[in-house]
Amino acid sequence: MKEPGELRTPVGSAISDPEKESMALSALYIAQEQHGKLTPEIIERVAQRMGMQPGEVFSIASFYTLFRTRPAGRFIIQVCDGLSCYLCDGADRIAEYVGAKLNLKPGETSADGRFSLEMVQCLASCGTAPAMRVNDQLYENLTPAGIDAIIERLLGEV
Amino acid sequence: MSAWTPVLLTRVNHPNSEKISSYLEHGGYTALRKALSMAPSQIIAEVKASGLRGRGGAGFPTGVKWDFIPKDAPVKYLAVNTDEGEPGTFKDRLIVERDPHAILEGVIIAAYAIGAHRAFVYIRGEFFLGVKRWIKAIADAYQHGFLGKNILGSGFDLDVSVHRGAGAYICGEETAMIESLEGRRGEPRRKPPYPANVGLWGQPTLVQNVETLVNIPVIVSRGAAWYASIGTEQSKGPKIFCVSGHVNRPGNYELPLGTPLREIIYEHAGGVRMGRQVKAIVPGGASTPILRADKLDVPMAFETLQAAGSALGTGAVIVMDETTDMVEVIRRTTSFFVHESCSRCTPCRLGGRRLLDTLERIAAGSGGARDLVRLEELARGISGNTFCPMGTGMCEPVTSGLERFRDEFESRVTAR
Repeated sequence: MKEPGELRTPVGSAISDPEKESMALSALYIAQEQHGKLTPEIIERVAQRMGMQPGEVFSIASFYTLFRTRPAGRFIIQVCDGLSCYLCDGADRIAEYVGAKLNLKPGETSADGRFSLEMVQCLASCGTAPAMRVNDQLYENLTPAGIDAIIERLLGEV
Repeated sequence: MSAWTPVLLTRVNHPNSEKISSYLEHGGYTALRKALSMAPSQIIAEVKASGLRGRGGAGFPTGVKWDFIPKDAPVKYLAVNTDEGEPGTFKDRLIVERDPHAILEGVIIAAYAIGAHRAFVYIRGEFFLGVKRWIKAIADAYQHGFLGKNILGSGFDLDVSVHRGAGAYICGEETAMIESLEGRRGEPRRKPPYPANVGLWGQPTLVQNVETLVNIPVIVSRGAAWYASIGTEQSKGPKIFCVSGHVNRPGNYELPLGTPLREIIYEHAGGVRMGRQVKAIVPGGASTPILRADKLDVPMAFETLQAAGSALGTGAVIVMDETTDMVEVIRRTTSFFVHESCSRCTPCRLGGRRLLDTLERIAAGSGGARDLVRLEELARGISGNTFCPMGTGMCEPVTSGLERFRDEFESRVTAR
């Protein structure tokens, strides 16, 4: 029996999938965690480890929105642009509020590289709208005061 | 209002409900013991008799799908679709985060029934907590002997692993999900062959949604006859309705299929905010046709929603009050689908882009009457002409909106 811990093993001999290629997404995640973004050099290294062509790996990376080929801030603020968030005074309004505080527009990264602001597709938080994510943390039932507190904490962390 | 005692969302509000100790305390894995004492064919017969239909959107009869998996195939796979991305839908995320063992129990029973020894969980990359909960649940299940070799002494073996998606709505479509699991771009495959015959790595594969799977232990425990006594003629069992938008108490509500939309909105979700009137309802997630308030008495079931000019979809009810700008709602929804198009086939890629351009022109007040005709023509050209169902899904809000909220579109183009 495989050890449960190996379930997270992304690349290497312990792979239990029938084909090694199925670990391409996991490998890209790991590379992105280590290097912040997937530059052509990083893509090439992933390709080498996976025994794939760099073009193949780039094609995969470019398909999925969570893979970044361009640099992003240390804190990536992703505002849910879903219909339910829009109906609950979220989406654009949250982006405007956050953007005004950080002097950013959606799609921009601050000059000091601390913050990126993005609009993202429905985060499945419609029952607790409006919602946004900061890196891997989800924030729901957002209010102006709540956002103020989140941003203040992030500013303190830098 | 019928009193319904939940059977699916019974544990999600308990503290530590995600832990295996909590699941076992609340009767968890007893259905698995019962299932392992049954013949696989008996379980399939039971699921067929229950009338359960898939909860991921398409509503295909679950037991029939299980029966499609060739009995004599040497290698078979089970894939768990945790790629919940249909706007308005937030039930699977709740179950994964708060009750992952209920899904896993369904996974093990389903795998045993079809004879699969390998299962893959595919989860949305954004569900970070869900990923952690899935991995922990699987690890604990191994330690308790619910996974691995010779499960509970039955001689049945099953291994399960978790694969993280990376932000692509289309991967909720089963063949796109299979492509992504194999480590490629999530572009849908041609059907037929269906995954039941040719799925992961060319092997027979059962793809099942999270909510569908949590129904399985309930059916095994309580029996198909009990399950089939709930719901309507063609829609059996309980359903988790995700209610959001302009309601006072948005949330997940487990109710029997066939519960009227009005009851869901007014009695369970607390009615419309500030006492306003309902103007429009999306009954089953963003790709289902939008309904007007005159359909509030429709029972929420597959056949009744179809008769009312929409679909049950994922059971995601988005409520919009009288202040809602329907042109903007439809523009936003179309923008979502255009962004999520995998761009493989032309009607979806280019047609979608032109739909959005036209809607943006109308929303900005610079559209002409010709643009309304153009929307209809584009929708006719896309709907049914794409590789996967997304093209049709993309058009549903537009065509239903044009038909049912025509005055808003007309006032927007004539008012310029």
